[in-house]
Amino acid sequence: MLKHFLKLQWKSFIRAASFKTNLIFKIFMGFMALYFIVMFLAMGVGTFFIIQDRQWGDPLRVVNQFMIYYLAADLAFRYAVQKMPITNIKPLLYLPFKKAQVVRYSLGKTVVSFFNLAHAFFFIPFSIVLLLEGYSPIGVIGWHLGIMALFYCNNFLNILLNNTDSVLIPLAIIFAGLGISQYYGFFDITLYTTPIFDAFYDLPWMAIIPWVLLVSLYAAAFSYFKKYMFLDAGLAQKHAIAKTEDYTWLDRFGNLGIFLKNDIKLIRRNKRSKTTVLTSIFFLFYGLLFFTGAVESYDGPVWKIFAGIFISGGFLFTFGQFVPSWDSSYYPLMMSQNIKYKDYLNSKWYLIIIATLISTILASPYLYFGWDAYLAVLVGAVYNMGVNSYLVLWGGAYIKTPIDLTSNKKAFGDKQSFNLKTMLMTIPKLLLPLAIYSLGHYLINPTAGYILVALTGVAGFAFKNIVFKQIEKVYKKEKYKTLLAYKQTS
Amino acid sequence: MITTQNLTKKYGDQTVLRIESLEIPKGQSFGLVGNNGAGKTTFFSLLLDLIQPTTGHIINNEVQVNQSEAWKPFTSAFIDETFLIGYLTPEEYFYFIGELRGQNKADVNTLLSNFQDFFHDEILGQKKYLRDLSKGNQKKAGIVASFIGNPEVVILDEPFANLDPTTQIRLKDIIRDLAAKQGVTILVSSHDLIHVTEVCERIVVLNKGEIVKDIETSAETLKQLELFFSGNEPPVVNDDAELGEGLPS
Repeated sequence: MLKHFLKLQWKSFIRAASFKTNLIFKIFMGFMALYFIVMFLAMGVGTFFIIQDRQWGDPLRVVNQFMIYYLAADLAFRYAVQKMPITNIKPLLYLPFKKAQVVRYSLGKTVVSFFNLAHAFFFIPFSIVLLLEGYSPIGVIGWHLGIMALFYCNNFLNILLNNTDSVLIPLAIIFAGLGISQYYGFFDITLYTTPIFDAFYDLPWMAIIPWVLLVSLYAAAFSYFKKYMFLDAGLAQKHAIAKTEDYTWLDRFGNLGIFLKNDIKLIRRNKRSKTTVLTSIFFLFYGLLFFTGAVESYDGPVWKIFAGIFISGGFLFTFGQFVPSWDSSYYPLMMSQNIKYKDYLNSKWYLIIIATLISTILASPYLYFGWDAYLAVLVGAVYNMGVNSYLVLWGGAYIKTPIDLTSNKKAFGDKQSFNLKTMLMTIPKLLLPLAIYSLGHYLINPTAGYILVALTGVAGFAFKNIVFKQIEKVYKKEKYKTLLAYKQTS
Repeated sequence: MITTQNLTKKYGDQTVLRIESLEIPKGQSFGLVGNNGAGKTTFFSLLLDLIQPTTGHIINNEVQVNQSEAWKPFTSAFIDETFLIGYLTPEEYFYFIGELRGQNKADVNTLLSNFQDFFHDEILGQKKYLRDLSKGNQKKAGIVASFIGNPEVVILDEPFANLDPTTQIRLKDIIRDLAAKQGVTILVSSHDLIHVTEVCERIVVLNKGEIVKDIETSAETLKQLELFFSGNEPPVVNDDAELGEGLPS
C-alpha cells in the first residue's frame, strides 16, 4: 500500500511543470542546495565555538535559553508556509484504501518534510560537537531526542492549528511582546523555559515527556483527520461571503481603471496575494539593518542605495515579479478577450508605481536617521520606478509558473519563485544602481552618486514607450508557452 | 466569416488536427462533434490564437488570427473555467467583460435581464465569488459573459455539459435565436448528438483531427451521426480517400 502512495508522490514531484527546467538550472539549484546545507552545517558546528569564544556561558545552556523563541518562530513559520497534508487525497477517498491508511500516509508525509529535516542540519552537528567537547553522552542523546521530539510536536501542532484561523498573529504578538520585555528586562520568559530544556540534558529520561506529548499530538491529529475526512467537513473549502464592489472612482482612468479595479480585487480577495503584500511591508524595515549599523558589512556608503531600493521596492519585488502569473488561472480569457497587451501591462506598471510611491511615503520615518538616509530611499524609489518597474515586468514574461491564488502554501521557498532568467535580472535591478552610485561617489562626491542614480531612473521614464514596445514583444513571443505552462496547475 | 486553410497542428510527429479547408458563413450555427481527442478544442484554441498552428491559418472576418489581434473585438468565447476570474462575483465579472467590450453597466444589465430565466436565480445576487459556484453555474456565467458586447462570432466548447436539463433547453433556444435573428456566427462543440442536431444548421464531424463528415442538418442527421459513431457505418469511398480511415469497420 505504502508503495502505491510513494509512487504517486514521486510522480507528482518529478512531473511538476516547474521541475522541467533546463539542465543548467538544475545544476545551479543543486549548488544552491549544497550551499545551504554547508551553511547550516557550519552554523551547527560553529555555534558552539562562537558562544564559547564570546564567553556567553555554557553553549548548551545558551542555546537552551533561546530555544523557546526558536520553537515559536518555527511554529509561526510552519503555520504561514507549510502545506497541509490533506491536499491531493480527494482522489484516494473512494479507492480501496482504508481511511486510516490514507491519514497515516498523509501525516507521515509531513514527517519527512523539509520543515523538519532543516533543523537536523543544525542540531545533529551541534550535538556531535557537544559529544566531542566532552559533554555526557547520555545527556546529549537525551537532549537531542527531546528537542527533536519538540520540533515534531510543532509539526503536528501546526496541522491541528491550521484549520483554525488567526493563530499566527496572536502568537507572533505574544512572542514579540515577550522578546521585547526580555530585552528591556521587564519579564524574562526564558527563566521559566530554560530549565525545561536543560532538564533533557541533566536528567536524560525526561526526554520521554516530549515523546509522550508527540505521540499524543500525533494521535490527536490522526483522529481529527480521520473524523473529518469528508468532502463537506475537513476537506471542504471555506467560502467567503462575497460583496460586489464597484470602485467607480477608478472609472476616470479609462482602460487603465478597468484593470486596476481587477487588480485591487485580486489583491484583496486572495490569500496568496494578501500574503505577498504583507511581505512587501516587511521590506520597509529592511533599512534598519543598514542605517542603525546593526550589520557591520553593510556600513559602506554604497549599501545605502541598496537599502533605498529595497525599502521602496517591496511591492515591486514581491508582487511585480510575478506579473503575469497572478492572472494565470484565467490567462486564456485575458488572451482571447478584447485586451491590448499595452493596456494590460500599463495597468500593472501603474500599480507598481503607485505602490512604490506609497512605500516611499511610509518610509519617511527614516528621516530620523537623517536626510541622507531618506535621500537614499527617494533615489532608490526613482530608480525602482524608472528602471526596475520595467525589469520586473520583463522578467515576469519568463516566469511561467501558475500561481494558485487561493493557497498560501507556496508563497516562499518554492521552486516556482525561482528562475534563472529572473535571477540574472536581479543584477541590473540591484547591482547596477550600486555601480552607478559608486561611480559618482568615488569619482566626484556622494551627492553626485545620488544624482546619477536618480538620473538613470528619470531616463527610464523618458524611454517608457520604447521599452514598453519591447516588453510587449517579449510577452507576445512567450504567449503560447505561457498559456501551455499555466495549464498545468500543480 | 471564418475561413480555414491547410490548417494542421502537430505535437512532435503526432498530427492532432488537419483541416484542408473549412468555410463557415456569417450567421451560421455550426456544430462540431467528435470523440475525445478528435481535435475539437484544438480547433477552437487555434481559432482564439491560444495555440499556434503548425501550418496554415484561420481567417476570421478578414483578419488572420495568428497574425493580427483585430479579431478580438468581435469574437468571444467560453472554452472552460480558465475563462472565468474566480475571485470576482458574477456581476463584477460581467461588468469587467462589458468594460473590455465597450459596454457600460446599464448595457450589461439590459443584456443580463434577458437571461433571468437562464440564470434561474442562481447567479446574480448570490454573495458568492465565481470560484465558489457549482460547475454548472460557473458555466452559465461563462456562457452568458460570451454574449456581452454584441460579438459577431461566439465560440462555445461543450456548452451543454454540466448543465441541468432546464438550462440545456433554454440554452438551445438562445443559440438558435442568436444565429437566426441576430446573424451571429456561433460555433458549438458537443458530445451530445441530440443537442447539436437540434441547435445547429450544419454539423461537422471530426475524427482523429480530420473532417470526416460535413452535413446540413436535416431530419435524418441524428440517425446518420448515430450510425457513424456506433462504428457500424460501412466505409465510404469517395473523392477524399482518407475519409473512412481510422474507423472501425
